[in-house]
Amino acid sequence: MTKTDWPAQIFDVLRAQGITQVCHVPDAGHDRLITLCNAQNDMAVTTLTTEEEGVGLLAGAWLGGERGALLMQSSGVGNTINALALPAACQMPLLTIVSMRGEWGEGNPWQYPAGQGAPKALEAMGVAVFRANNAEDVAETVEAASKIAFSSNKQTAVLLSQRLIGAKSF
Amino acid sequence: MAALLAPRTPDTLVIAGLGSSAWDVTASGDSDRNFCLVGGMGLTAIIGLGLARTQPNKNVLVITGDGDMLMGMGSLATVANVAPRNLSICVLDNELFGETGGQPTHTAGVTDLAAIAKGAGIPLTSTVRTEGELKTIVGSVHNEAGPQFHAIKIMHEELDSPKPPLDGGYTKDRFRIALLGEAAAVGGFRG
Repeated sequence: MTKTDWPAQIFDVLRAQGITQVCHVPDAGHDRLITLCNAQNDMAVTTLTTEEEGVGLLAGAWLGGERGALLMQSSGVGNTINALALPAACQMPLLTIVSMRGEWGEGNPWQYPAGQGAPKALEAMGVAVFRANNAEDVAETVEAASKIAFSSNKQTAVLLSQRLIGAKSF
Repeated sequence: MAALLAPRTPDTLVIAGLGSSAWDVTASGDSDRNFCLVGGMGLTAIIGLGLARTQPNKNVLVITGDGDMLMGMGSLATVANVAPRNLSICVLDNELFGETGGQPTHTAGVTDLAAIAKGAGIPLTSTVRTEGELKTIVGSVHNEAGPQFHAIKIMHEELDSPKPPLDGGYTKDRFRIALLGEAAAVGGFRG
C-alpha cells in the first residue's frame, strides 16, 4: 500500500475550498503543507509571532472577502483562547488545523499539558473540534470542517493526531 | 480624531480598537466602513493587516489605544514583514487604561511605541505631540505609502461619546456588505 500523502491532500482541499490566506506559527507537522502553500502564487502565506494573531488576521481577511486557514501546533491553542471571542462574537468563520503534540508516544513531558488541554480549550470557546487519526481520514475531515466554517460562520478545528504525524523525542 | 478622519474617502477602511478609540471613531461619524471592536484586545493591528492584504486598493487605517497596541506588539513585526503599502496604524496614546480606572500603561513609563514599531521594521514611524505634527501625519496616513505607524500623544478626557454597535455580527455584515456587496451577507461568499 502506498503511503497517503495527507499534507498534499490538505493542500488540495484548501485550494478546492477557495482558501487564499494561510497563516501559521510553524510546526514540523505542518512543514510540508506550509511549503506547498508558499509555492502557490495566489495564496498569501503569513508567518505569525503568536497564534492569536492568526485569529485576528483571518478575521480581517474575512472582512475583506477572503477565506483563510490557521495552521498551528497544539501548544499554540492556548495562545488563541481570548482571541477566539472575536469570530464567535462576530459570527465569522474560522478554520484552524492543529498538529497535535503531547499525546501518542510524546517524548517531551512539557508538551503534555497543552496537548491534553487543547481540545477542551477549543470546545470551551465554542469551536467545533474534529479529529483525524488516520492518514485516510485527513482530507475529508478538513473538507467537512471547512464547509461547516464557511457555510455557517462557525469556528472549526481539525486536530491532526500525533499518531498520524509521528511522535517526537523532544 | 475628527482631523485624522476628515480626509477619508469611500476607499478608506477603518478598524478601531476597543474602548475610547472605538467610541471616538464613532463620535466622528458612524460609518459602514468602520469595524469597531468591543473586545478582542490586542488584535486591532493584525485585523488591519488581514484586511489590507485582501483589499490592496483600499486604504486601511487602524486606530487604537496604547493598551491594545502593547498587548499586540508582536503584530508590529508581522505587519513590518508583510509590509502592506495600504496600511497605517495610529495609536491614540493617553498613557493609561481608560476603561478600567485610568491605571498607567507602560507608555506612561519608559516605553516608546514608535521606537518599537521602528525596531519591528515599519519604515515610517513617528510620535506626534503638536497640532503641526498631527497635520503632517494626517496627510501621510491618507496620501503616503505604508506601512506606517504613528503614536499620537493625547490627553485623557472622559467624554460621553456615542457607542458603536455592540453586535459584532451586525457590524461585520454591515462592513462586508458596504465593501463587497449584498452577496456578502450570505455565509460562504468569497471575493
